[in-house]
Amino acid sequence: MSNASVETRPNSQLAAPDPQQPEPGAPENWRRFFSFSTDHKVIGIQYIVTAFVFFLFGGLLAMVMRGELITPDADLVDRTVYNGLFTMHGTIMLFMWTFPMLNGLANYLVPLMIGARDMAFPRLNAIAFWLVPIFGVILTASFFVPGGPSQSGWWAYPPVSLQNPTGNLINGQSLWLVAVALSGVSSIMGAVNIVTTIFRMRAPGMGWFKMPAFVWTVFSAQIIQLIGLPALTAGAVMLLLDLTTGTSFFDPVKGGDPVLYQHFFWFYSHPAVYVIVLPIFGVFSEIFPVYARKPLFGYKVVVVSSLLITVLSLVVWVHHMFASGTPGWMRMLFMFSTMAISIPTGIKVFAWVATVWGGKLRLTSAMLFGLGGLSTFLFAGITGIMLSSAPFDIHVNNTYFVVGHFHYVINGAVVMGFYAAIYHWFPKMTGRMYYEGLGKLHFALTFIGINLIFLPMHPLGLMGMPRRVASYDPEFAFWNVIASLGGFLLGVSTLPFILNMLSSWTRGEQAGDNPWRAIGLEWLVSSPPPHENFEEIPIIVSPPYGYGSDEPLVSNNPKGTFEESAASTQIANLAGEAN
Amino acid sequence: MGQQAYSWLPPQASAESILIDKLFSFMTAVGTFIFNGVVGTLLYSVLFQRAAKYDPSDGPPIEGNVKLEIIWTGIPILLILWIGTVSYQTYDQMGILGSMTQKTMETVETVPAEPTQKVATSVEESATSAPIEVHSRQWAWEFRYPKEGVSSTELHLPVNQRAKFKLTSEDVIHGFFVPAFRVKQDIIPGKEIDFSFTPIREGRYRLRDSLYSGTYFAANQTDVVVESEAAYQKWLQTAAKTTPTAAANVAQTEFAQAEKTSVSLGWATVKPAPAPIVNYSNQPNTSQPTPQFEEEPHE
Repeated sequence: MSNASVETRPNSQLAAPDPQQPEPGAPENWRRFFSFSTDHKVIGIQYIVTAFVFFLFGGLLAMVMRGELITPDADLVDRTVYNGLFTMHGTIMLFMWTFPMLNGLANYLVPLMIGARDMAFPRLNAIAFWLVPIFGVILTASFFVPGGPSQSGWWAYPPVSLQNPTGNLINGQSLWLVAVALSGVSSIMGAVNIVTTIFRMRAPGMGWFKMPAFVWTVFSAQIIQLIGLPALTAGAVMLLLDLTTGTSFFDPVKGGDPVLYQHFFWFYSHPAVYVIVLPIFGVFSEIFPVYARKPLFGYKVVVVSSLLITVLSLVVWVHHMFASGTPGWMRMLFMFSTMAISIPTGIKVFAWVATVWGGKLRLTSAMLFGLGGLSTFLFAGITGIMLSSAPFDIHVNNTYFVVGHFHYVINGAVVMGFYAAIYHWFPKMTGRMYYEGLGKLHFALTFIGINLIFLPMHPLGLMGMPRRVASYDPEFAFWNVIASLGGFLLGVSTLPFILNMLSSWTRGEQAGDNPWRAIGLEWLVSSPPPHENFEEIPIIVSPPYGYGSDEPLVSNNPKGTFEESAASTQIANLAGEAN
Repeated sequence: MGQQAYSWLPPQASAESILIDKLFSFMTAVGTFIFNGVVGTLLYSVLFQRAAKYDPSDGPPIEGNVKLEIIWTGIPILLILWIGTVSYQTYDQMGILGSMTQKTMETVETVPAEPTQKVATSVEESATSAPIEVHSRQWAWEFRYPKEGVSSTELHLPVNQRAKFKLTSEDVIHGFFVPAFRVKQDIIPGKEIDFSFTPIREGRYRLRDSLYSGTYFAANQTDVVVESEAAYQKWLQTAAKTTPTAAANVAQTEFAQAEKTSVSLGWATVKPAPAPIVNYSNQPNTSQPTPQFEEEPHE
């Protein structure tokens, strides 16, 4: 298996000033992160950094919101501004942070984990990424058009989203819809690429049941993208037509059906939660074995349950509409389908607990974030089952109970999972170690902050405080003050992280190939991995989590020769130019 | 924990609330058990199963246990079936949602807030308990009692009687939500939705718009008064004799104020509909919502 140079290298032709492919991770080549690179590792980091910038922006909006909600009256900002803020907060956090971040992780890790040199379609990959800043700018620009940004919530339910008080063709809502449609196109491109890569580019010997759990979960999630995203994108386009050209798909005054939009929206946007959380399940499945020094418990059941979640997630969307214009039989049907999804999810949770149990634990920052994310996810899962019960949901639907539940999933499990992933693979991505002390401080602030802001939302919802309100009755003040303080703490918690990442990337200790003594193809190559990852395509002979046994993972040396790694890189580069 | 769950909820002011609170208490008990079990196990591992500082060895290579996996798949399935069945029965007993019929939307020409004529025409309906018409709009609630010819911005209901409603919206989707009754229903423009529940406890409660409806959404709230049959009849009679006047309306007041100031601090907004003209209105020109239902010690 020494087909080191059969693939074309489009990047060396595109990057005009520097014909030689730069070594990823080398600081002098930071400019490549601003170029149209087709290297999946560069694109992965581009995604991650871009997404994180928008995460800070969305978080800032949330902190203004919490500032407004610290008192019952609408006094800090105008009601219209508050409504714009929560709309843009939700939109940015989902479409500009969570999805790009997931694509970044998948981009970076999937080819490395399956023993491929790059994604199946490197150029498509780059285009999908470069759409992100484009629709990010469109979305941000909507703050500056007359009338301000969209104020209809991130669901953009008609008729509110069709009201367009400015009367202009270019308004916050239409820009919002263009951005969301573009985001859909970008994600579909990404999904086609990732699914194809996992299907076609696995290294010899890597059967389905030798694939790391992270790859399984990314695969399951991207299948959902392929099935669900066209519905959302179509819904957004139809709404845009209603808004700009006067069609009446959803406008009740002209005989349209606003509830139909809700079906379009949730048919994708509920499964989207699984698109988001499945790869985080994958991160948990990767991280717990490494830091507990034990194989993933029940590997086959865990990965198959990902596919079960994929299938079930496509038939649960109406649980967002239990209080909407839905008949009783529909509510009952979707109540049972929603509850069913907790079974494969429960299997995973129990398997992680069993993986950790009896191991030899190392509480690194990554492990702490993993365990913290697991416990918040468990809490969110339990409130999730409560919400799936239609009669109870009728009481708490559209209240802060739902906001609390959702943020326990997204900020609790998913964002903590992201942090776990960043800490775990930071040495691989940059070739340097991060500072463990700052990482632990970051964890403590984040974990306390998350519980302080989102736990009080549950009693608020039970008491009957609706979501999306700029003002509220004084009886809700107590819990809101606590939540706001937690929100500010959560904002502060990003500071040690940023400091840690920036200083470690430039001045951290050299990491070596495998600082965690982890098992996995990505840990067999140098840190950061060379362009095209593997000198020699690995041949996999063992299942992925062989902790505690001495079987080798691969039967060859994917790095080429150990002694002359520098020389072999040169040869690879020469071979690349020869192509 | 299951018992404690009751204290997190508002007073039980409807027959439905008793059913829902029981369901919530049951789910809280089950949930607490699972949460403590899993987190307790994790915490034990974190506290007592840490690797020594220079111990590079691995843990035991246990890859699975079929018996254990069958147990933790089987028990959740049974639990889910149990919770599902209880939920189904609860929903069945509540029976809050009736039929949903199509209704042509009023266009901009037939502006809302002309209730007097409408109420007059519907007086002919002489059903013994004609449903109360709930008219929602941006941003006001209006309740019309067609038989008695009364319109009000405050909802009055007799205690221990099935209250029936016809929910309609004149512009966007609103949500009819009374936390103390644990009932909620989105009001879809272009549809007429039959809705019902049974208040069982006298008092004043908050009625909130639960589905985001635009700029003054948060202010689109009013009160529900549950009273004895006698007090209810008396209120209806007094209200019927009162000449309709424009009710106080938070959205209107704030919008008028915002228009007066020379510098706009906000973004574009839909103009609020004119304040409803009703026989009876609560909220005497205040932009602050009145305090919630009177608190009572809860058992």
